[in-house]
Amino acid sequence: MSMNEIHPMDKLIRADRMPHIWCSGCGLGTNFICYLTAMEKSGLDLNKCVIVSGIGCTGRIPGYTNIDSFHTTHGRAIPFALGLKLANPELTVTVFSGDGDLFAIGGNHFIHAARRNVDINIICVNNFNYGMTGGQFGPTTPLDAKTTTSPYGNYEHPFNLVDLAAASGAVYVARWTSIHVRRLSKSIEEALLKKGFTFIEIISPCPTNYGRRNKLGDGLDEMKYYREHSIIKHGINPKEADLSFNGEIVVGKFVDIDKPTFLDNQPDMSQMSVNNKK
Amino acid sequence: MNNIKPAVLTGEHFMNGDYACAEGALACGCRFFAGYPITPATEISEKMSRRMPEVGGIFIQMEDEMASMNAILGASWAGVKSMTATSGPGFSLMMENFGLGIMMEVPCVLVNIQRGGPSTGLPTLVGQQDMMQARWGSHGDYEVIALTPSSPQEMFDFTIKAFNLSEKYRLPVLLMSDEIVGHMTEKVVIPEEKDIKIVNRKKPEKYTDKYLMYKADKDLVPPMANAGEGYKVITTGLTHDEKGYPAMNAEAQEKLIKRLCDKILKNKADIIETQEQETEDAEIIVVAYGSPARSALSAVKLARKEGIKAGLLRLITVWPFPDEKILEVANKVKTIIVPEINRGQIVREVERCSYGKCNVISLPKLGNIHTPYEILKVIKEVSL
Repeated sequence: MSMNEIHPMDKLIRADRMPHIWCSGCGLGTNFICYLTAMEKSGLDLNKCVIVSGIGCTGRIPGYTNIDSFHTTHGRAIPFALGLKLANPELTVTVFSGDGDLFAIGGNHFIHAARRNVDINIICVNNFNYGMTGGQFGPTTPLDAKTTTSPYGNYEHPFNLVDLAAASGAVYVARWTSIHVRRLSKSIEEALLKKGFTFIEIISPCPTNYGRRNKLGDGLDEMKYYREHSIIKHGINPKEADLSFNGEIVVGKFVDIDKPTFLDNQPDMSQMSVNNKK
Repeated sequence: MNNIKPAVLTGEHFMNGDYACAEGALACGCRFFAGYPITPATEISEKMSRRMPEVGGIFIQMEDEMASMNAILGASWAGVKSMTATSGPGFSLMMENFGLGIMMEVPCVLVNIQRGGPSTGLPTLVGQQDMMQARWGSHGDYEVIALTPSSPQEMFDFTIKAFNLSEKYRLPVLLMSDEIVGHMTEKVVIPEEKDIKIVNRKKPEKYTDKYLMYKADKDLVPPMANAGEGYKVITTGLTHDEKGYPAMNAEAQEKLIKRLCDKILKNKADIIETQEQETEDAEIIVVAYGSPARSALSAVKLARKEGIKAGLLRLITVWPFPDEKILEVANKVKTIIVPEINRGQIVREVERCSYGKCNVISLPKLGNIHTPYEILKVIKEVSL
């Protein structure tokens, strides 16, 4: 490849920030490009697209994205994004963050934003551990998996994120892996254009920490594993969307419904002024 | 949404401090409020839940105070003036993202109607125990602006002042009120809309690819681009350079943190406000803020009736601390008395700034306000 060649997504990347911090074999580069592709294909005004993250490896995505980008505190991306969206409903607001950030320290914000059906999009990169701090177990680490803080195997039950999202009220719920590039891009595009709280989980390799300690091989081996073990089951009950340590990975779009958003449900004050004169 | 009622309720009202705070915010253009119920600040949320829809703004009751603080930061980045209100336990939770607001330089207002602590403490009774937390509560080095109202009228006026300072200096400004002022009902005069002075954030010039998010002007404050305006905002809680890019090195840390502090410290003359009564010939001065300043004023008047040369220095801005004013007073008087509804927090600053030039007496009280006679008693003792 010539050094002068320009990346197809160049205008959406802050190229002067390259090289990025991600490890060789990490899924984040692929996930990032899927998001950029989706944003471009969506036809949305890029000046009105906003990306927000918390802390972690995934949390670094906004800093590389050449749109309005916000790198907030650990776990707090969702309420920050909610503030942006409600204060300016013209914005298309996407939170791109990791499993630990969104579901451990930020779990409460996730369920409440979903319950309110605030019109924001959540993309969660689930690599089953805290990558940036060196590979500790998190709220999605499978039982028995080894991490730096579960040296004898993880003895905590993990969340099923798609089930949690659906139960909390998300209007769009999907799960893909980093190898489902085309389907993932399409799904993100759908979410960006969907009104209401959307959730996409991306199963993604972390060869340096999670993969190495669990003998999953390098990043490419993890990708091969996803290809061989993923089963697409659109529309199934997210409760049954299994995600076991060494077994199959159920992917697909599980929820796609419509219901009024937080802003749709705001009181109609022109009516209130008649009925509630006080 | 339709604006069915005016945002500025011009006229004379009989109103409690919490409501006056909400009206002050609306009067100066606040259109986003995020909060979590907590005594004794809940009335601010309640008023906002009724009034925000009337003026086309957003009221949201968040899941906790960390979320409330973050939501107002997000709203401010979308270009809408925003506020939250809480008390001690919530204030502790807000400290995390108060720091983010300092680092990202986000204009907004955080109201603390102080109650007794630590922990759940005294939810329904007054305190001034968060004054040092206001200064140092989030980790790292930074400067803050904190105002201390003493009446419902000042809850209205200082909320506007807090918004103006936050927009001018790009930081979350603290309104450090207390339960007595929040729950007290008094006359509040709301002026005509045209008579309310409003400061709005500086805007950057038209976007070019040379645009720098955090390049400060001479006043050390960078103009602020909002989301959705085409500036490709990049901001982070990490130490960053003028571009807004993370910069993990000592030089960047030195440069950024120094500027964040200096933008307050070098503009102290513009920020700090104090008020003096009967101080010209005073030999004894009471330094007070918030609700105890009311008892202090009564005590000073009673002392004057008995021929004692007493005066009051009321701190309107507690942070940044009025160092020079305290030294000026310390050079003139024999004794400074500092009544506070805590075990003695601001008195330490008074001692620091008076350089031993006069006697400094702490007058701590917990769970209740000092009566004028309690302060008078000390004035009389030291006048002997």
